[in-house]
Amino acid sequence: MTEIRWHSRAGQGAVSGAKGLGDVVATTGKEVQAFALYGSAKRGAALRAYNRISDEQIFNHAKFMNPDYVLVIDPALAFTDNITENEKESTKYIITTHLSKEELIAGIPALEGKEDRVFVVDCVQISLDTIGRSIPNSPMLGAFVKVSGMFELDYFLENMKRVLAKFPQKIIDGNMGAITRAYNEVK
Amino acid sequence: MAEKFDLNEREVWDGNYAASQALRQADVDVVVAYPITPSTPIVENYGAYVGNGYINGEFVMVESEHAAMSGCIGASAAGGRVSTATSSQGFALMVEVLYQASGMRLPIVLNVVNRALAAPLNVRGDHADMYLGRDSGWIQFGAFNAQEAYDLALCAFKVAEDHRVRLPVMVHQDGFITSHTAQNVYPLSDEVAYNFVGDIVPVDDMLDFSRPVTYGAQTEEDWHFEHKAKQHKALMDSREVIDEVFAEFEKISGRKYNRVETYDMEDAEVALVGLGTTVETARVAAKELRKEKGIKAGVVAIRCFRPFPLDEVRDALEGVKSIAVTDRSSPGGAMGAFYNEVAAAMATSKSRPMVTNYIYGLGGRDLSIENCKEIFQDQKANADAGHITTDIQQFTGLRGPKLGFFKTARG
Repeated sequence: MTEIRWHSRAGQGAVSGAKGLGDVVATTGKEVQAFALYGSAKRGAALRAYNRISDEQIFNHAKFMNPDYVLVIDPALAFTDNITENEKESTKYIITTHLSKEELIAGIPALEGKEDRVFVVDCVQISLDTIGRSIPNSPMLGAFVKVSGMFELDYFLENMKRVLAKFPQKIIDGNMGAITRAYNEVK
Repeated sequence: MAEKFDLNEREVWDGNYAASQALRQADVDVVVAYPITPSTPIVENYGAYVGNGYINGEFVMVESEHAAMSGCIGASAAGGRVSTATSSQGFALMVEVLYQASGMRLPIVLNVVNRALAAPLNVRGDHADMYLGRDSGWIQFGAFNAQEAYDLALCAFKVAEDHRVRLPVMVHQDGFITSHTAQNVYPLSDEVAYNFVGDIVPVDDMLDFSRPVTYGAQTEEDWHFEHKAKQHKALMDSREVIDEVFAEFEKISGRKYNRVETYDMEDAEVALVGLGTTVETARVAAKELRKEKGIKAGVVAIRCFRPFPLDEVRDALEGVKSIAVTDRSSPGGAMGAFYNEVAAAMATSKSRPMVTNYIYGLGGRDLSIENCKEIFQDQKANADAGHITTDIQQFTGLRGPKLGFFKTARG
């Protein structure tokens, strides 16, 4: 079982990101779960979304998890939200930021000593450049594909095209560009 | 002719979307709705299927849930296949009309996405609303995940419209935990799904002008009792039809449903009895406890809450030493409503096991695998001691000082 926790603000697309990831993962024959924890959330409110991925049917419906991956798609939440909550010794963090990894960790004491498990990528800038709006969920998927090694990039892109099929071609192309660039830039 | 809807063999759907696809595939004629969180997407999607030509149906927006169920009654009495969805306060407002629907023996299917009742206002899942429908004369099915919300909605039409039954059916799913959680769902093809449900064959439909009929006539002490007794008997007799429909559904889907589901119960010494998604989380806990501590834990789940499967519950739990019945609803000054029903079933058993009650998950409070393990471990302590070692009613996942009520010295 692989468990993923997204930290996001309402409107940044963590829920769609989690569902899109679930959709693609399911095409590989795995069982998936995608859900979110939000109240009557207004745009900009902090929220969390979750994925579970398993070879067998997923019976656990609890929100509680010890995540294998923590994906932070809002730069400020890395500092203000408890992103290391219920972590494991192997939990990997992918954080959207314009800072270098060293600068980021210097500002977040909870990440100290976890340099090998912290990855940074500027999803906000990437989405502005490729999609034209700050929609950091797509680039985060590209970064996740790279860090997790769960898929080949081309396989993931092909399947994301299917998930995004209802959108205009320009949006699809922008998302493909965002995923590819984040895949290459995450470090 | 309706447009073809593209379906994959494997979809990633949440419970709401799954239920709405069942309405599309059953070719529902009329949905009368007043949408409410978290069930809104079910009727919203149906409206979109109508608007986009995927279904030849009618979507009627009304001014309240009371009107929604009233509209469903009209359309169903006219002879149509009818469905709607609701939750929480909406369900509460619908209650008066639920009794009309069952009393008139109308085969309406109501998708209930369970949600807490205010005050305080809360949009998340618990079972408080479900218990309001307990005595309304409807058949009640419970889904534990999105796949089952889809499967059981299809089964619901077939049961409701069977001429031996002619009763309305509710299909319950947990608000957010099922309704807004996307999971793998394996849908049937449109053709297989529709052929399973079949064409509706109305009884005494009001649009048959050659044979006028009356619905909802008045009966005082001369006949009311006989009518209600007949209605109760019809509910009891529906058990056989439900079993038949579940057996037929297995043939087309490979998925077998039972009015009572049992997991790891063959040699169980302790058991948890649950409803909804809790059942699946508890299954994981039971399996892990068997491995980690050698505790013979099992889970019993109610698939068909009404008619209540008293015999099957008793048989499933016969021989177990200590049982935890879990209630996701505020007990309001008594033991949990679900506890009372299971405890009553066990009062008719040979082994007369210990039965304890756990209130949990109100307003969407999380229930973790660890919470379930603690419940099982309490039962193991009871089994070892030979008496209930805790208060009979406890609260799981509640913050603040430990809360509990009622004690017994009985072994």
